[in-house]
Amino acid sequence: MTELPRGAPVADNNAPLARRNPVAKLAAALLFSLTLIATIDPVAPAVAIAIELAVLPLFGVRYRTLARRAWPLLASALGIVVTLVLFAAERTGTVLLTVGPVAVTTGVLADALGLALRVIAVALPGVMVFATTDPTDLADALIQNAKASPRFAIGALAAFRLLPLLSVEWQMLSMARRARGVDAGRNPLARLRIFASTAFALLVGAIRRGTRLATAMDARGFDAGTPRTLARQQRFTAADAALVAGAVALAALALTVSIVLGTFRPLIS
Amino acid sequence: MGAVELRGFGWRHAGRKAWAVRGADLRIEHGERVLLLGPSGAGKSTLLAALAGLLPEDSGEQEGLVEIDGLDPRKARERVGIVFQDPETQLVMARSGDDVAFGLENRGVPADEIWPRVDEALRRVGFPYGRDRPTAALSGGEQQRLALAGALALRPDLLLLDEPTANLDPVGAILVREAIATALRPDTTLILVEHRVAEALPLVDRVVVLAPGGGISADGTPDAVFDRHGETLAAAGVWVPGRPVTPRPARTAPGDPLLAAEGLGLPPRLAPTDLTVRANEALAVLGPNGAGKSTLALLLGGLLKPGAGGVSASTTLAGRDAATPPHRWRAPALTRRIGSVFQDPEHQFVTSTVFDELALGPRRTGRSETETRSIVDELLGRLRLDRLAGANPYTLSGGEARRLSVATALATAPRLLVLDEPTFGQDRRTWIELVELLAALRDAGHGIVTVTHDADFVAALADRTVTLDRSVTR
Repeated sequence: MTELPRGAPVADNNAPLARRNPVAKLAAALLFSLTLIATIDPVAPAVAIAIELAVLPLFGVRYRTLARRAWPLLASALGIVVTLVLFAAERTGTVLLTVGPVAVTTGVLADALGLALRVIAVALPGVMVFATTDPTDLADALIQNAKASPRFAIGALAAFRLLPLLSVEWQMLSMARRARGVDAGRNPLARLRIFASTAFALLVGAIRRGTRLATAMDARGFDAGTPRTLARQQRFTAADAALVAGAVALAALALTVSIVLGTFRPLIS
Repeated sequence: MGAVELRGFGWRHAGRKAWAVRGADLRIEHGERVLLLGPSGAGKSTLLAALAGLLPEDSGEQEGLVEIDGLDPRKARERVGIVFQDPETQLVMARSGDDVAFGLENRGVPADEIWPRVDEALRRVGFPYGRDRPTAALSGGEQQRLALAGALALRPDLLLLDEPTANLDPVGAILVREAIATALRPDTTLILVEHRVAEALPLVDRVVVLAPGGGISADGTPDAVFDRHGETLAAAGVWVPGRPVTPRPARTAPGDPLLAAEGLGLPPRLAPTDLTVRANEALAVLGPNGAGKSTLALLLGGLLKPGAGGVSASTTLAGRDAATPPHRWRAPALTRRIGSVFQDPEHQFVTSTVFDELALGPRRTGRSETETRSIVDELLGRLRLDRLAGANPYTLSGGEARRLSVATALATAPRLLVLDEPTFGQDRRTWIELVELLAALRDAGHGIVTVTHDADFVAALADRTVTLDRSVTR
């Protein structure tokens, strides 16, 4: 099986920002996203998205790769626009279009667009971090630079390795049920029952596997109280600090543009 | 170092009535190589877990004494390494080198010593790739060699191997046995649990047999133990070397075709394949790992939609439904005609008792409660499961779970049976029972397709073989 596991980094590792410390990247993404949550206007997130797309090459991610990774995000943003246009209670501004009972007004459109842009702008930094970060490096950096407990970080990393097995397991369980004469046909209730019983079997299997893995880790001295040493060093350098500072500055820039243009609408007013 | 002392040792897991192991008296000296045998359920794995210090005091009740170099095993964990059966659940990290380093980090080995020791361990087990090789891209045999390297890097005085090759194909099993033979230092004590005795004998100089009711029933050099106890051990299910099983060739010529595959494939898992399955015939599908044998079994079983070509049933098998391919049949119709037995029996269990498990098929296919009861009773007796009718399928031993999974497929009396590695990791007794059962079904007019690596099983049962090769690029 040569296919990369889901969530594996897809970026060029030599790109200047992809090489930065994973904790620095995570902090930069969080600070950038959090700042954007402060406003509900469409301009700040639009500027933020422009900034995000502009720095993308510095992370070594190609636009096509990003589009492939982020399509569920785009789909949900589109879903927000459609839902709000159809069901928003408050319909201010001039009417642009009337289709049956639905009046599309400038106010509704601005709200919908603002929310959709916010979802994209807030989520993209996270997508970029995980597209450029190896999970092992992230766990190492969390332990070494963010003082996370190894019990948590390494444990999560090991569990993460087992995740791709779940989809194979689900297929096997479903086929085994069919082989035993169990299918739902057109009955939605039966379908729900089979879904629940398959999910339960999946859970039981996952717990058994997790227990076996924990025993194997135990046998190799994990979490036995001996102070751990580190095989791989992660360093937090001035360049990493600069990345975090840069993220804050760029987020401030997005807000400033919005304030200068007079579109700024604070979340809590 | 690495000496083991057991005096009247017993362990009962919390909440269980029976002792998993009891009355064990044993002394193993520094550097000895011991094969630990015993029928399934005799407590071999529990004993290894106890020696590895993996039985917390509050997880059960102990009697007698167990010591490693005079220490409680829970306090001697740095001296002991263990490798388990399942490669999937003992690798922790995504890259091979990191996985070997994991144990060294936990033990606090200084950072500058870690990588030299990782490289040394990888070299000793003959690991063919660099440190950066993703663990997910390794074959089962390679993963087990990596697990062995992870244990050896910690330089244990006592190495415990719990059926390290049971989940592997023959090629992978040979790789792992070679690695054990070459990688062990002469002063490391070894305790190996393994069903396939003949293959394990070159690695050991002493055999210890646990008795199912408690205690130790035989102990000595391999020759002495098998000369004196060979008969009893074979009857108890141990694969005693030099005791071949009588083959069961077909009594009649093959009958009508039941199922035909034409250009059947599922890229990239299976290259186009042609074959015909007949009544009164046992067909074995062979081939290396990755050739798509399990995929073929699922396709023939009507459980997967073909990606290329197709499967067609004969009217003998499906009557008027022969016009539609099996993967489009409704499940109850499918299960009356084609029975599938999965590699992992636990995948198949749907209910919470052995009785309900067997009754499920007949009930789903519209049998009355009286008919169902008589079918279930007959199968319970035939497959020695009668005392377990009320047990939860997930609590059965490996052999019992395998017998139940075959029995559930038989409960709807399908004319065609498709089995994926039914003899994997089975003891000799269950193995012989399976051959006898399948031979009897074949002679009664059923068609049997078995996907297998087991050459002895093919020799004992198969009338014809089909070999898949690894021609598909993955």
